[in-house]
Amino acid sequence: MLILCLVTPALAVEPSEMLKDPALEARAREIGRALRCVVCQNQAIDDSSAEVAHDMRRAVRERLTAGDSDRQVMDFMVARYGDYVLLKPPFKAGTWLLWLGGPLVLLLAGGALLLAARKRRTIATAPAPPLSDEERARVAALLREPSQGR
Amino acid sequence: MNRTLFLLPLMMLVILAGFFGWSLLSGRDPASIGSVMVGRAAPRLSAPSLREGEPALTEALLRTGKPVLVNFFASWCAPCLAEHPLFTRLKEREGATIIGIAWKDKPEATRAWLARLGDPFAKAGYDTDGKLALDWGLSGVPETYLIDGNGIVRLHFRGPITERDLSVILPLLRGGS
Repeated sequence: MLILCLVTPALAVEPSEMLKDPALEARAREIGRALRCVVCQNQAIDDSSAEVAHDMRRAVRERLTAGDSDRQVMDFMVARYGDYVLLKPPFKAGTWLLWLGGPLVLLLAGGALLLAARKRRTIATAPAPPLSDEERARVAALLREPSQGR
Repeated sequence: MNRTLFLLPLMMLVILAGFFGWSLLSGRDPASIGSVMVGRAAPRLSAPSLREGEPALTEALLRTGKPVLVNFFASWCAPCLAEHPLFTRLKEREGATIIGIAWKDKPEATRAWLARLGDPFAKAGYDTDGKLALDWGLSGVPETYLIDGNGIVRLHFRGPITERDLSVILPLLRGGS
């Protein structure tokens, strides 16, 4: 079990792809984790050994070496592959439900629970109505009845 | 109030069933990554020619005033083999201008493949390291782009083109720009 915990997820970045400058390589890794490989559904390019992921990693490093900012590198990829390439989708007209849907449901459910709780409390604190004459008579009859043995 | 709450599961069932039904029938493909190229000016084109002695492929090929098809393929790619006869037909029957770019393939292997199957390409180049393909937003082979007479990308097919795709390709090819 301990050994299993020590296993790190496989990284597809090959030593030959890495940049000599550790700072630049660190930025490339950061970007590589946020970019989705376009042929493997839900894998970052750093985790994929697909041909196109390799090409994208190389392009990221080329852009960084050329002096691009992280933002510019991301824009470079989005210009070619669209928002699909971003593992974290941007907040815009088409995605507001995706971003706000969770909190919205939480708010609605929380509101409903609060209302229900308040309602229950008003019922619980209200004094019980007194027994009617009929009910009193029935209680008296029940108390008078001798307990029946088995 | 409490009565209507009992209808909630039923309502959720109806909503879910509606969504699943729509997903099945609308032909929506959640795995499709789409293309941002459509509607934009064609990306840069520069590739060495596959044919010895011919000049390299340049952007000028996409700005001739006539629509062109650009097809990325490879000799190792089976779906490319499947779509190949369609390109031959488009060239022979429609007189389509088709530019072929071999992706991650050895030029000798591509040449042998084309010699064996026939060469439907007006111009053919190669992109061994995939750098050109990245500028085209390529995800793999085969992929095909239709560029109109004004140099604007009008169609982008990811995967092999089929008989059914001809119904969208042909009007754009014949209609010019």
